[in-house]
Amino acid sequence: MKDLVKSEYDVIVVGCGPAGTSTAKECAKRGLSVLALDRNLEIGTPVRCGEGLSSNSVKTLKLDLPQSAIAQTIKGAVVYAPNGRRIKLSFKGTDGYVLERKMFDKWLAMEASRAGATVIAKSNVYDVIMENGKACGVKANIVGEDMTIKSKIVVAADGVESVIARKAGLRSAKNPMFVDSGFQYEMAGIDLENPHMIILYFGAKIAPRGYIWIFPKGKDAANVGIGIGGMLGGVNTAKKYLDAWIKTMPGLMKGSIIEVNGGCIPVGNFMKSMVSDGCLGVGDSVNQVNPIHGGGIAESIKASRIAADVLAKAVKSGNVSAAGLEEYNKRWWEERGDSLKNVEKVREMFEKMSDEEMNDLAEVLSGEDLVDLAHGKNFAKLAKIYAKYKMKGIKRKIGL
Amino acid sequence: MQVNVERGKCISCFGCVSVCPVMALEEKERFPECDQKKCTGCSVCVKFCPAGALKLEGKR
Repeated sequence: MKDLVKSEYDVIVVGCGPAGTSTAKECAKRGLSVLALDRNLEIGTPVRCGEGLSSNSVKTLKLDLPQSAIAQTIKGAVVYAPNGRRIKLSFKGTDGYVLERKMFDKWLAMEASRAGATVIAKSNVYDVIMENGKACGVKANIVGEDMTIKSKIVVAADGVESVIARKAGLRSAKNPMFVDSGFQYEMAGIDLENPHMIILYFGAKIAPRGYIWIFPKGKDAANVGIGIGGMLGGVNTAKKYLDAWIKTMPGLMKGSIIEVNGGCIPVGNFMKSMVSDGCLGVGDSVNQVNPIHGGGIAESIKASRIAADVLAKAVKSGNVSAAGLEEYNKRWWEERGDSLKNVEKVREMFEKMSDEEMNDLAEVLSGEDLVDLAHGKNFAKLAKIYAKYKMKGIKRKIGL
Repeated sequence: MQVNVERGKCISCFGCVSVCPVMALEEKERFPECDQKKCTGCSVCVKFCPAGALKLEGKR
């Protein structure tokens, strides 16, 4: 279906996850001509996500979620410390959704299309056209037909692999110290503690440098997944850890596996520059993910709106060099980067904790504090808690 | 050096592509494939793979 595609656009977006389609939509709304390409047969598949999205994000982003994109509404979370201590988080700010990403991503693609962007599935972009170090188009296979398409700017929204960003000279490979290795089953016919609560399990034995999650997708169905430190695999893979843990859970052992997925989750290492000459990165490709919970949907949609403002200006002024796109870095760091950097610090603190220390923390921490921690908020209060937690450790060591 | 992909275990998440420092791994027909000429045998992908589907073969 080459005929749907023109030979030149203002913006070509590579990848049609939430980052790509949101950028496409926002650019089209600002009057730019946009082509968005996805390599998969069907936009929204394969899923590589726990599928959670908070109500806060939905509200802030003014997303008019269709019913079909919501698998389950969530009222809060239960967190299990390594010693089994249970912290319940159920109050304003912990509610949200477990999405049906296949429907959510398709809905976003439809929205982009309605705004005037051309979105095409099964279109693998295998090269970026570079002229004098500037990205100025792509070579792609559009539903089976090879095409060269020019553009003023290429948007790298190709996810964590970031092959496009790398080909356009925007970044190097992911630093393996700042990625987690994830593995997930979508299970059905299982027993859930509460089908409207997400559940998280911590502990170095079950999930080193990470955690296990249960995100309900119905009264007896859920995403059951694990994220562990990226360089711990090899022999003990994420799958092995998850399988070993599920074996200990009779409520899960009676169920079925209706989908298997997984992947690489960026957890920090935010980039000073997410642009190069003629290229701009959005979403996982440039690590725009909350480094504690690993959620990237809200971050990529937020970034897409900043990106579209900057892209519209750059196209209008004719300056699409890295300097012309620099405002994107500046605004992203002001609006997102600085607070995500704080979250990264909290993450680093967590990573260094032993199970015993984590148990101590669970004792002094309320549910509200935990939510603040995950969003890098309320640091003054958290400092007090930290002191209390340290005290606990000292008391434990001296046997009080 | 060559990284072999055991397709029976691979979940096509392309995490290996993400962490490969030299872009030796690329998606081909929905599975990762390793370009022997580029692979340096650093084994980052093997350690990373959530499903244990990768094996490093050949001598440095």
